[in-house]
Amino acid sequence: MAKDNVIVIGGGPCGIEVSRNLRDLGYTPILLEQQSELGGHLRLWDRLFPEGVEARKILKDLTSDLKGVKWFTDVNIESIHKSRKGYTVNVDTGMSFETKALVVTTGFKLFPAERKQEYGYNIYERVITNADLEQYFHTRKDPRIQNPKTIGFVHCVGSRDEKACNRQCSKVCCATAVKQASEIKELFPDAIVYCFYMDLRLFGRSYEDMYLTAQKQYGVRFIRGRVSEVSEDIDGKLFVKAEDTLLGKPMKMKLDLLVLMTGILPGESTTQLSEMLKINVGEDGFFTPRDTILEPCRAKDAGLFMAGACTGPKTIPETLSEARATAIQVHKYLSR
Amino acid sequence: MLYKGKQKIWSDYQKEIPDDHWFYVRSCIRQNFFPASEVTFLRILRDELGKDIYETPHHTTCGGIAYHQECIPQETQMTIIARQFALMTEAGYENYACSCITSFGLYCETLETWHEMPEVLERIRENLWKACRREFNIPKYLAHSSDLVYKFRNEIAERAKYKLVNRFTGEPLKVVEHIGCHYAKMFPSKGVGGAEYPYVLVGMAESWGGNVIDYPERRHCCGYGFRQYHVKANRGYSVSNTHKKFESMEPYHPDFIVTNCPGCPYFLDRWQYVIAEQTGKTYGGDGQGIPVLTYEEMAGLVLGYNPWDIGMQTHQIAVEPLLDKIGVEYDESKKYEGSGGKPLPEPEFPMNIRCC
Amino acid sequence: MIDFGYTLSKSGTLKIENLDDSRFKALHKLEPDAYKCINCGSCTASCSAGVFTELSLRKILLSLQRGDEKDYINQLQSCMLCGKCMLVCPRGINTRHLILSISKIYNTVDR
Repeated sequence: MAKDNVIVIGGGPCGIEVSRNLRDLGYTPILLEQQSELGGHLRLWDRLFPEGVEARKILKDLTSDLKGVKWFTDVNIESIHKSRKGYTVNVDTGMSFETKALVVTTGFKLFPAERKQEYGYNIYERVITNADLEQYFHTRKDPRIQNPKTIGFVHCVGSRDEKACNRQCSKVCCATAVKQASEIKELFPDAIVYCFYMDLRLFGRSYEDMYLTAQKQYGVRFIRGRVSEVSEDIDGKLFVKAEDTLLGKPMKMKLDLLVLMTGILPGESTTQLSEMLKINVGEDGFFTPRDTILEPCRAKDAGLFMAGACTGPKTIPETLSEARATAIQVHKYLSR
Repeated sequence: MLYKGKQKIWSDYQKEIPDDHWFYVRSCIRQNFFPASEVTFLRILRDELGKDIYETPHHTTCGGIAYHQECIPQETQMTIIARQFALMTEAGYENYACSCITSFGLYCETLETWHEMPEVLERIRENLWKACRREFNIPKYLAHSSDLVYKFRNEIAERAKYKLVNRFTGEPLKVVEHIGCHYAKMFPSKGVGGAEYPYVLVGMAESWGGNVIDYPERRHCCGYGFRQYHVKANRGYSVSNTHKKFESMEPYHPDFIVTNCPGCPYFLDRWQYVIAEQTGKTYGGDGQGIPVLTYEEMAGLVLGYNPWDIGMQTHQIAVEPLLDKIGVEYDESKKYEGSGGKPLPEPEFPMNIRCC
Repeated sequence: MIDFGYTLSKSGTLKIENLDDSRFKALHKLEPDAYKCINCGSCTASCSAGVFTELSLRKILLSLQRGDEKDYINQLQSCMLCGKCMLVCPRGINTRHLILSISKIYNTVDR
């Protein structure tokens, strides 16, 4: 007997893993992705903490077996209608899908770094973002990175910052900064690398080892203090101000490269779908589940599920675990 | 520096500035520091551009200096401002322009307070009525007078006699723009270009042929800081801030500094003398200082006004090297000639800084 | 020069423009744990000498990392090498060896 369709909106690692697991449970998942390729942010990342596994390898493994998953790229959601039977999803290609259960995995977007005007992204040439640096690690091509001798990483750009309208911690950027600081030190062993942090929030198994290695092996210098402003001197070097709060002294320094660890905001489609589907969102804009502890993957409405970074910042393993859990929740719902 | 990135920010922070009919209030201290600047503003707006700018002798201080020195409570200060608005209302105007940056910041703060707390506005209306039987409307538009000159920068460029270009080299003059702290740091959306990269003076300098320098301590305060200067024991701290700015802009060899605040041009101008007398260091070429202009003076020079009519002789740092670069014609013998040919007292020359 | 009754104040800002970290590198070679400190302050809190003098090993190490050698290093003179800091350090830094290495590299004895 042919089992039901399940529509999954958002083809990042979470949507892919939900779909694969639903397929394994005998359903026909219909995975809708806005971009022209599956993979979401994972496509843009080079390596993943803590061990430095290649992001492309993970993505390849995730997408290598999509048999039985009907996936569509370059698809935008036009409207969604809710009825007693479930949901009808209309997309801009003219297609329309019926489903009893709808899974939303629309993820996050990175904080637009130019909104922290004082850091001068897109104004001062040698200011780049964490995403730019991942791109550079992959391609080794970026005119802004020319054998830098001094490099700074600014943690919490657009996170824990009420002025930037985001009070929350983005959770993964501290670990990313420590990873990237070590990686750049591997490429430029003579460079002096500073990490400017407010609190170092590295949790999870073996992350502390990553931190220790960054300190001991790579000699990354951690400065507890937030960069307050960036400017450019006459030679095009960056001129950066911060306070070393552990030493109790204001400091200024010249840098060849500044990397902004942009934080995590709800994705555009997360915001769009919250309006379309009337899903509750918190002050931070992420979806609020039915119960944050017991039912983190279900919305208030029956038949509506959500997983991954659309309910808050998450690491890839957390996202994948949540994806698998959601598939089982959907199965339980459909076989009730 | 990526100019496009700045243009993006500038396009995000544009404010609506009406074309005509302004109630204009002067600054308390500018009339002493650079006395001809406000006159030059009126001459440009009224005589050159034919605008309706209204002034009244009944206008008083906004209370800003006392407020920022914590000498008067906010409610008193808001009532003083309410009285200025009453004068505007009585004169039949809706657009309010002030010459002082501190006033501008305070007007913004007051309007925001009234917006957020309507009950305070009601109390102030009552206070004003009790104190002097006046009533007022809140201005429809609030602008700093530099916003107006910015608005008409292209009209001024069309009428310009000179460009901000070095006539010996043909290169644009290198301009340092300095924005008063209270212009947009408190309310970024109220300033042209926002708070981080204000455009109001950049726009003028660029329209008139100059090139603006972005130097590391561009955002730093001029050092005035009200009680930091007013209390003599604090003046070392005040001049240290100014010193920091000069050290930072020095490598760029700026031709002049332009400001839009009452205090900034005064301190950037006078402290150069103090720094020279204390340390022997000067920042302009040839033992001279870097001339510091108000935006009205800059506009006046571009329009070809006689530099001695717009008050250029009241500067500590000699402006003649700048006038020569621009090619402004002037009669050195008339520098200290007052109105009606009456001679003005001539200043003594300092030891460590050449003032022509 | 004219006496105005006030002068330029000295800036308290730590300027890290051309950081000379050759001495810290030498220290790091001698004591590989020199970068391991996480500034928890346990050493300073339990320091025998720190109670009666300004001595703070945390601050000394941090200032050396910043290339700022002059402000704190003389504090080391009051260290009694009692080793209490070694007992409490959560990162297992051999503080005794660290202190002796600092003295060697930065010639604190001659100061």
